Amino acid sequence: MSHLPKIGRRGLLLGLTAMAATARARLAFAQTTAATAGENRLVVVILRGAMDGLAALAPYGDPAYRALRGGIALPEPGQEEGLLDCGGFFGLNPRLATLHRFFRDGALLPVHAVAGPYRNRSHFEAQDLLESGAPERLSSGWLNRALGGLAEPPPGKPDAGLALGLDLPLLMRGPQHVGMWAPPRPVRPPPDLYGRMADLLHADPLLGPAVADGMRARGYAAGVVGEERGPRGGFVALAGVAGKLLATRDGPRVAAMELGGWDTHVDQLRRLDPVLGQLDAGMSALQAQLGEVWSKTAVLVMTEFGRTVRVNGAGGTDHGTGGVAFLLGGAVAGGRVLADWPGLAEDRLFENRDLQPTRDLRAIAKALLRDHLRLQPAAVAAAFPDSEAITPEAGLFRA
Amino acid sequence: MDTRPLQAAIRFGLGPRPDQPLPSDPLAWLDAQLDGKDIPPPPPEGFETPPGVGEGYRIWRELTEARRAGGMVPDTVWSLYRAEAISALSWRVETPAPYRERLVDFWTNHFTVSRRAGHRVTSVQGAYVREAIRPHVTGRFADMLVAVIRHPAMLSYLDQASSIGPNSPAGRKRGRGLNENLARELLELHTLSPAAGYTQADVVQCARLLTGWGIERSKEPVGTVFRPANHEPGPKTVLGRRFEEGPEATEALLRFLADHPATQKHLATKLVRHFVADDPPPEAVSRIAGVLRDTGGDLRAVAMALPRLLAAWAPPFSKLRNPVDLITAVFRAGGASGASIGVAAFNACDLLNQPFWAALQPNGWPDEAAEWLGPEAAMQRLDWVYDAAGRFGRLEPMQVLEASLGPLAPSETYQAVRRAGSTREALALIFASPEFQRR
Repeated sequence: MSHLPKIGRRGLLLGLTAMAATARARLAFAQTTAATAGENRLVVVILRGAMDGLAALAPYGDPAYRALRGGIALPEPGQEEGLLDCGGFFGLNPRLATLHRFFRDGALLPVHAVAGPYRNRSHFEAQDLLESGAPERLSSGWLNRALGGLAEPPPGKPDAGLALGLDLPLLMRGPQHVGMWAPPRPVRPPPDLYGRMADLLHADPLLGPAVADGMRARGYAAGVVGEERGPRGGFVALAGVAGKLLATRDGPRVAAMELGGWDTHVDQLRRLDPVLGQLDAGMSALQAQLGEVWSKTAVLVMTEFGRTVRVNGAGGTDHGTGGVAFLLGGAVAGGRVLADWPGLAEDRLFENRDLQPTRDLRAIAKALLRDHLRLQPAAVAAAFPDSEAITPEAGLFRA
Repeated sequence: MDTRPLQAAIRFGLGPRPDQPLPSDPLAWLDAQLDGKDIPPPPPEGFETPPGVGEGYRIWRELTEARRAGGMVPDTVWSLYRAEAISALSWRVETPAPYRERLVDFWTNHFTVSRRAGHRVTSVQGAYVREAIRPHVTGRFADMLVAVIRHPAMLSYLDQASSIGPNSPAGRKRGRGLNENLARELLELHTLSPAAGYTQADVVQCARLLTGWGIERSKEPVGTVFRPANHEPGPKTVLGRRFEEGPEATEALLRFLADHPATQKHLATKLVRHFVADDPPPEAVSRIAGVLRDTGGDLRAVAMALPRLLAAWAPPFSKLRNPVDLITAVFRAGGASGASIGVAAFNACDLLNQPFWAALQPNGWPDEAAEWLGPEAAMQRLDWVYDAAGRFGRLEPMQVLEASLGPLAPSETYQAVRRAGSTREALALIFASPEFQRR
């Protein structure tokens, strides 16, 4: 069983200076190497199911594009329902109008032909590695480990990390305590009963820490978001709440969210529209709620791998390799596409079927930690072990 | 006091019910549930007999026609799906053979199809569990695999019906080709697992072999059909083994995969993780893999072997109950009738983030505590048990605690329940306690 000291219910209910101090003491991080309490915000969005990069950001200027994509090729910019141009070679999917606005404002940096180190096309392995940030599955996620390199929030203030929704993704699991937010329910126990439940659970190694973190996160979020019963936790609503919580002065600095529904093996034109629309509306809501803090924010939108360059037998695409990630936000030096374009000619494809990756996603993520969150090299290395050969990408952020 | 009867009811069952006396001999009680015929849930509300695939497709067809004709038409396919789910959930609360129901859950999750795919799955979800899973939980794994892969629910969920051999008559005429989805998940999730080291070429060969299987939704006989015009001609080689052209190759491939040592190891790991511990003890895994190997994949023999693993009895209750099992255990502890709480159970599954038969991805619901215990998810458990406790105002909390946990609850729990200010609070404390949250 756990060696946690028993914590009185008053402490648990009130925002919890004592508890915060105890919890952190256990993880004591060398203060001197922690980044100074920066004002920058980071949001990571996981797209589960493998977003088709060639549909999200189509290389319409590539001579092989139209033939390979057949019925799922998108009309050129300027045509009806055409691509939204990003510099004459690439075009955003017409469902991504907000992202295109960001691009024109210089706040969107799409990264194309990107992939992690994994090449075997299993969703589940690939997602685990994407979140672990390592060549093998770890029990903690890179974003959680990265939080260890941030300065600790003042006593009684919320954790630096925040996950939205009811699932805590592997990306955010690990030694650092994180807050969570999900829409409140109509029926809740009276505060005193929460306290007695927490007393029963406090020594349990699984439930004890989860409930303690949950109490703390709720106490904080209720003050900012209010107790009104929100929408049922759709991505757009959660993105808005993320913006609201991140915008507060001593609030969380790093948030994680996820959006599923990208595994378009069949009838891709029709099935991709609603998820692209949700992503786009979610980013719009996030920006609106961040307000002025948008200028200090960077968002990484990533997926486990890309999809086959050729349309399959069913108007869909199968599991592939290289794909697209989006970096967006007021802190991002965008308005251009970051890509060493490998080309779609047959001899340029990976295993004659997938977009050849020319950039490692870890170079982007490591740059986020180093240049945006200003983490020390040791903290970046803890987040992405065994990646010495992967240099953080330079010049992704405004000075 | 011998706690094994109670442990058996919690670890291998769905939690004790006050009206079902604990078994005196736990192993005999578990074995007996595997003998004889399956007792399925009653037909869903509104049906006298359980609706099959044909009935599901008829409802879907009529809905499509009615909507095409215009006007606001209620979603009758959703109603069917919901009634099926409520019937299954109600049955879990009442069944006197909970171990068998747990096995149904395990295999249904292993071979996930999900309502997230829409009407093509929701129209036949109940029929899928009845036809492809339930008859085989005490039969042979290979037979279950064949039944699952050929069932319209799986063929639609993993898009097999739209995969066409590029060199088949239909493929050449219409320029269409393969869809790898089912082939890949068959190897990765249903049988070998990636540890077996198969290649992309194996996936493609497997996809070629499976071409031809399709679904007939409107003309009799409705259901799975083999369309030779879609089938990729020529032999195929999967993991070095050659399979001839034609529909017979599918069963040959499935039986080959079912008996593969990598499949046995994969299944054994998942079974031990489900019934014993999040980190499956290696010796327990090899024991179960050995049973699969020695019996030719006899799932009844496996189900008898699991409770005979030493690791299954000590220490008690390392596994966290997933939301559906927590909900079931709470309603069983309260002695609720299935009919009275079916709808509440269905809604509770949504609330606690494990909507019934609706896994997010084809790998099904996770089976490790960490996946279910984010801080907010833990809080929602506390909220829900308080909500549920409000239904049982007439129960005597100390009796509920005695019957559901007995000597397995520590004195702190007894004390907290004794001091509670109301029946509802007392019950909420029982259901929230660490012992009740586990199995």
